[in-house]
Amino acid sequence: MKKIALMAAGAALTFAASATPGLAQSTLEAVKSRGALACGVNTGLAGFGAPDSQGVWKGLDVDMCRAVAAAMFGDANKVRYVPLTAQQRFTALQSGEVDMLARNTTWTLQRDTALGLDFVGVNFYDGQGFMVPKKLGVKSAKELNGATVCVQPGTTTELNLTDYFRANKMTFKPVVIEKLEEVTAAYYSGRCDVYTTDRSGLASTRATGPNPNDHVVLPDVISKEPLGPAVRHGDNRWADVVRWTFNSMLEAEEMGITSKNIDQMLNDTNPAIQRFVGKTGDFGKMLGLDEKWSYNVIKQVGNYSESYDRNLSPLGLERGINALWKDGGVMYSPPMR
Amino acid sequence: MASRPAAGKRPPASPGVRLSLRDPTVRALLYQVLAIAGVALVAWYLISNTIQNLETRKIASGFGFLDREAGLPVGEAMIAYSPADSYLRALIVGVLNTLRVAVVGIVLATILGALIGIARLSKNWLLARAATIYVEVARNLPLLLQLIFWWTVFRDIFPGPREAYHPIAGVFMSNRGLQFPSLIDDPAHVYIVAAFLVGIVVAFFLRKWAQRRQDATGQQFPVLWSAVALVFGLPALVFLAAGAPFRLDVPSLQGFNFVGGSNLTPEFAALLVGLTLYTGAFIAEIVRSGILAVSYGQTEAALALGMRRGFVLRLIILPQALRVIVPPLTSQYLNLTKNSSLAVAIGYPDLVNIANTTINQTGQAVEGIAIIMAVYLTVSLSISAFMNWYNRKIALVER
Ligand SMILES: N[C@@H](CCC(=O)N[C@@H](CS)C(=O)NCC(=O)O)C(=O)O
Repeated sequence: MKKIALMAAGAALTFAASATPGLAQSTLEAVKSRGALACGVNTGLAGFGAPDSQGVWKGLDVDMCRAVAAAMFGDANKVRYVPLTAQQRFTALQSGEVDMLARNTTWTLQRDTALGLDFVGVNFYDGQGFMVPKKLGVKSAKELNGATVCVQPGTTTELNLTDYFRANKMTFKPVVIEKLEEVTAAYYSGRCDVYTTDRSGLASTRATGPNPNDHVVLPDVISKEPLGPAVRHGDNRWADVVRWTFNSMLEAEEMGITSKNIDQMLNDTNPAIQRFVGKTGDFGKMLGLDEKWSYNVIKQVGNYSESYDRNLSPLGLERGINALWKDGGVMYSPPMR
Repeated sequence: MASRPAAGKRPPASPGVRLSLRDPTVRALLYQVLAIAGVALVAWYLISNTIQNLETRKIASGFGFLDREAGLPVGEAMIAYSPADSYLRALIVGVLNTLRVAVVGIVLATILGALIGIARLSKNWLLARAATIYVEVARNLPLLLQLIFWWTVFRDIFPGPREAYHPIAGVFMSNRGLQFPSLIDDPAHVYIVAAFLVGIVVAFFLRKWAQRRQDATGQQFPVLWSAVALVFGLPALVFLAAGAPFRLDVPSLQGFNFVGGSNLTPEFAALLVGLTLYTGAFIAEIVRSGILAVSYGQTEAALALGMRRGFVLRLIILPQALRVIVPPLTSQYLNLTKNSSLAVAIGYPDLVNIANTTINQTGQAVEGIAIIMAVYLTVSLSISAFMNWYNRKIALVER
């Protein structure tokens, strides 16, 4: 199936003029006329993107998709979720199968250039870690020499892993499996001593897996993983829409605007808030959207902290570095004006 | 085919060549030219469009990435590999892994298929039934499911390395696979292998000679025994002459894993078992139909002449059955090779697996797919060519 998907991607690139909008027409127009956003998400990583028991998609990244749909259509539900493995995600975006990726994707130089992506921001600052069964008694990643390590292909994770062991003159035996369920099943069956990925991913896997207390995430952080939404390179108007949708969620948190109080805020006299809710100014027009775009984002999806608390706090992930700049973190939106 | 209209078909209005659309030869030629032009046009359109799209989206292109450092972790490799090696080397590791599972799988599936095919024709009810059940189950469950099943089995039924089964000294079975002693390299080993090959070649000519002599004089020669003596005796002699260089690298548990010896991973084992059982079932059916295609009268005739049962199978039935068996067998070999790409699902680092990762890391899908296609095409055509040669060799020689 994988092959077929790739072939399809290849074919789509080949026929792109007819198959995808990215070229002559902006994705913005294409999404508008289609009436729904095609959003590339995780196949199922609780907290970032996973369907719940009713089949409703939930997660921090899913909220990114919902926010963009709310900004575009005034309806956060107008999203078609396309679950993608780490390996499939870039071809899916390049070939136009999805309009954007919101799938814990690390912003790197190579992806920004050679892969033809544009990252529009960072919605979670992360780093790579290791999870091991408690009974192994391992306290630090430096003790992992000779271990068998489970990892997903097509990730920064696998590259950081080889770098880390090389830099520390250690060896390891990789077990590289594409599907998240299979790679975690391999870890839990004892096929591997260690499972490695972004620490947020580890927290999610540990919390949703069997006997969380039998497994520990080691304290070591071996990389920087700024995770953020991405669009196709060169489609600036579309990138602006996704970028400012995300920024509006940060800005709302900073101004204390939430989904609960935004209706009262409509009558607030603070000029910044008046601009935010679309009472004054014409940010909507500048972006090619309705003037109520940011109102709809906050009303229907919530500000960044609401999204964070709903999705990531249950996994035990503290805000930490992902707090607003005012609160000692690095989340900082350029001013909306 | 002649470029001139065939004489006598239609009286030419004037002598010499006249181009007319009513002339079937001219029309045929025209259609061919049009068809070729059409294909070329489509190809040109596709290629230029692809290049233009890659350019617009600023996606890198070309094969320059092949000698960049890959940094990829690869679980098993038949040649030395480290993440510091290039993408090209990583892909070669993948090709070799594909070939390894395909070659071993083809050999095992053929043996299994032949045995099961014969078993299905057995007069023993239980044996025939068991063979039938196996064929039906193996043929009718999706291969992917079977692979995942075997992988789960190998992964889950065996204990961790610290509690590994340890049936004989130096052999460990755990969820890390089968760890067993390996031979420590010695320069003399090359000569031993060479002696083995020489033994095979000599035995081959010996057989030809013995056959010719038997045809001419009726005298028999103990070919089997002399062949065994040659093939195994020669290397044994070299081994002894070199001072019996035999040292084993015996695995032992060190820290997380076994160190030393050789390893058969659960992923390889699952893929091999899955492919063998699946393809073996199809081959069994091919073998069975091949044998059934030889009329029973031939067996009866041979028996009436006083031939022993074993000889009847070897000299009468098989040579004829093979002619029916070989062509469909070829497509099973091709299937097995191509199906090995399902390795992706269970993490065996075959070509498709490594190429997919390469595509993802470099973003060069078109090039990656082209490499996959080129390799599979080469392997498939080689298998076909070999099997066609073999098929011609065993074909009925018409006089
Ligand atoms: N941030 C890394 C890794 C992203 C990644 O794919 N992580 C895995 C492990 S947490 C994942 O999300 N898998 C979920 C899935 O395959 O759907 C990257 O961009 O390469």
